Amino acid sequence: MSVRRLGLRSVAVGYLAVILVAPLGLVFYRTFVNSASAAWEALSDKDTRHAFQVTLLAVGIAVPLNTVFGVAAALAIVRRKFPGKGLVNAFIDLPLALSPVVVGFSLYLLYGRTGWFGTYFLRHGIQILFAWPAIVLATIFVSVPFVAREVIPTLREVGDEQEQAARTLGATGWQTFWRITLPSIRWAVIYGVVLTTARCLGEYGAVAVVSGSIQGKTETATLRVQEEYENLNFAGAYGISLALAAIAILVLILMTALRPRETAH
Amino acid sequence: MSISARNVSKRFGDFVALDDVSVEVAPGSLTALLGPSGSGKSTLLRVIAGLERPDSGSVFLGSENVTGRPPQDRGVGFVFQHYAAFKHMTVHDNIAFGLSIRKRPKDEIEKRVAELLELVQLEGLAKRYPSQLSGGQRQRMGLARALAVDPEVLLLDEPFGALDARVRAELRTWLRRLHDETHTTTVIVTHDQEEAMEVADEVVVMNRGRVEQVAGPRDLYDRPANEFVMTFVGQANRMGDAFVRPHDLELTLEPNGATREAMIERILHLGFEVRVELVRDDGVQLSVQLTRDEAERLELERGQIVFVHPTHETTFS
Amino acid sequence: MVIVALPIAALVWQSKHEGWAGFWDAVSGREAVAALKLTLVVAALAALTNAILGTVVAWVLVRDEFRGKSVVNAIIDLPFALPTIVAGLVLLTFYGPHSPVGIHAAFTQYALFLALLFVTLPFVVRTVQPVLHELDRDMEEAARSLGAGELTVFRRIVLPSILPGILSGLTMAFARAVGEIGAVVIITGNIPYKTEVASVFIFNRIESNDPTGAAALAVVLLTISFGVLLAVGGIRRYTTRYERP
Repeated sequence: MSVRRLGLRSVAVGYLAVILVAPLGLVFYRTFVNSASAAWEALSDKDTRHAFQVTLLAVGIAVPLNTVFGVAAALAIVRRKFPGKGLVNAFIDLPLALSPVVVGFSLYLLYGRTGWFGTYFLRHGIQILFAWPAIVLATIFVSVPFVAREVIPTLREVGDEQEQAARTLGATGWQTFWRITLPSIRWAVIYGVVLTTARCLGEYGAVAVVSGSIQGKTETATLRVQEEYENLNFAGAYGISLALAAIAILVLILMTALRPRETAH
Repeated sequence: MSISARNVSKRFGDFVALDDVSVEVAPGSLTALLGPSGSGKSTLLRVIAGLERPDSGSVFLGSENVTGRPPQDRGVGFVFQHYAAFKHMTVHDNIAFGLSIRKRPKDEIEKRVAELLELVQLEGLAKRYPSQLSGGQRQRMGLARALAVDPEVLLLDEPFGALDARVRAELRTWLRRLHDETHTTTVIVTHDQEEAMEVADEVVVMNRGRVEQVAGPRDLYDRPANEFVMTFVGQANRMGDAFVRPHDLELTLEPNGATREAMIERILHLGFEVRVELVRDDGVQLSVQLTRDEAERLELERGQIVFVHPTHETTFS
Repeated sequence: MVIVALPIAALVWQSKHEGWAGFWDAVSGREAVAALKLTLVVAALAALTNAILGTVVAWVLVRDEFRGKSVVNAIIDLPFALPTIVAGLVLLTFYGPHSPVGIHAAFTQYALFLALLFVTLPFVVRTVQPVLHELDRDMEEAARSLGAGELTVFRRIVLPSILPGILSGLTMAFARAVGEIGAVVIITGNIPYKTEVASVFIFNRIESNDPTGAAALAVVLLTISFGVLLAVGGIRRYTTRYERP
């Protein structure tokens, strides 16, 4: 038995080490050993800094929006009956299974000059595509599922007995929500927020389509990586990548710390 | 096939589950391992089955030392407290499992499964899934499954623990009858002393990883080896250093030389048996067991002063 | 809801813009077919590989104990946490021209496979882990006591119970791999007919101002996504079938 156990363990750990750890470790090593200063300089580039600002803007809008939506949707799905519930559920999960390019493309069709909404915005002089609003919309779209998907099972498991108890003691709907429901799903929401943020930071395909990647204007950090690479500015590409990778590792740590415990409450 | 556990010890971290335990089980007998939670009885059973490895000691099935052998190779049948039904298989496939992995021919399997279904009274339920059965039915299936491969030894780990009282009583009787027919060496683990007394030829009383006493039900009750056995098996009143069974306390309405005064606190009518709870003049609380007739004759009432003395006492040095 | 449903509707509308004939033309163009075929085949291979290895990893994480296990558990989510474009760059460094291991797979189909392997790694692990964790060990002990060897126990008792978990992870991984762009856009070189995947093809069509061409393949991908979601939902319903009292 221990030979088998050791064998399985080596296969598992070995596979992960080769596929995940080694490549990432190599990038860190190469950058720090070879061109730490060049990478740092690249990060202070004006356009790069603007790209980070755009990313932060998208994150700053998408995360709170999707958090509120996620909690509301989870409450509606778990606690209430309404027609089309299955459809809503499916649409929430859709961004997980959908290619980001398809997402970007559908937004492009909708808000482009000849699109359904495009003409309306055009008339009012508001530019959506190839400007920051499109980036924000795309980011919102792809990060819709995460909070909802974390909160739904938690809500189900917690059950509504506590809420019923609160009602019998005279609490209003809002009070019940703030003082009973929300605390019980608190960790699920936080975990969902971490996942949402990571997704927003990392989005590439959808924003690539809708933003036009105009340097200094509509690039996000991820788009900037691609741009720097195309322009053969490898120090820049690696610099930004490293910054994003460092954030990703932070996200991993947060995820591990906040992960819903596997043993039942 | 006899079972012999010799000097078995097992710990889980700091917890000593078994402390140098030796138990002999005669072939063809039905033996109960009786004790409170944590006494080590389940651990001992699992060591015999090969589901746990002892830290030291050995296990013999018949004349063979099976200590190093995995459960697959011991030829024991095991029945679990929570049934361990194969949820994704039908009742038929559950029972047939042991035979199917031994690659027995199909018609042999069908015949045997049909026999067993009849034996455990689950005919007609062959195509059902465990989730569609009641607890009692699932356990009968578990038994049939274990019996299907004709084990030399049958081990049951609190088999009726998850069932409600009436079903438990029914299955108890049923198990005893089954054993009388098949004479497979059987060991049953239970914390219910009534169950052990009703079902077993011999009872091994365990406490805190050690064997307290091994005896037949009658001897266990009449001649307990120590204080633990006396108080665990049946009721006992403690009077100073001595222990007295509730039915060995005599109640009279008038004092005589040997009696002490006591006041009746409660009278419980439990069908045939009447239990009278008293507090003696020195504050000691006693529980006396009378038949209905005896109680009626004495015309007892709450608050009444009566006189009590033991007709039989047991002390342990 | 507006954000999600409407754009999808617009997409479907656009694809019909030049009628079914136009749609069919666009979909059956040689380059489109090549991109689609490549995408589907390599995505399936990557997803399957990670289904098998992912199950092994999940098994080790649930059943085994060793120092550093929690670190290993955390690392698995790296493809979820890391921006895909960064992943692509990282993979290029490791498997590309200056690779320390001497592998020069950049701009080949192997690179595509490796990139998709990276991004789909967590899926099956994460769907199988909770199922394995909840598994009633009694059933395995019962099987052993009835004489089943370890492999039989796995095959007939454990596997049927975790199979739905494996399948839902597998299908989600497949959907992810089919749609992936960030991780592959750098390392594959996007050579048409060789290493160009469906998502890149769509992107190029958009840039070339051929929205119909893009829409055709986009709708195919959309259909696959819906199919995957239906499959996962179906698996979930099938799983709870046995739980009904």
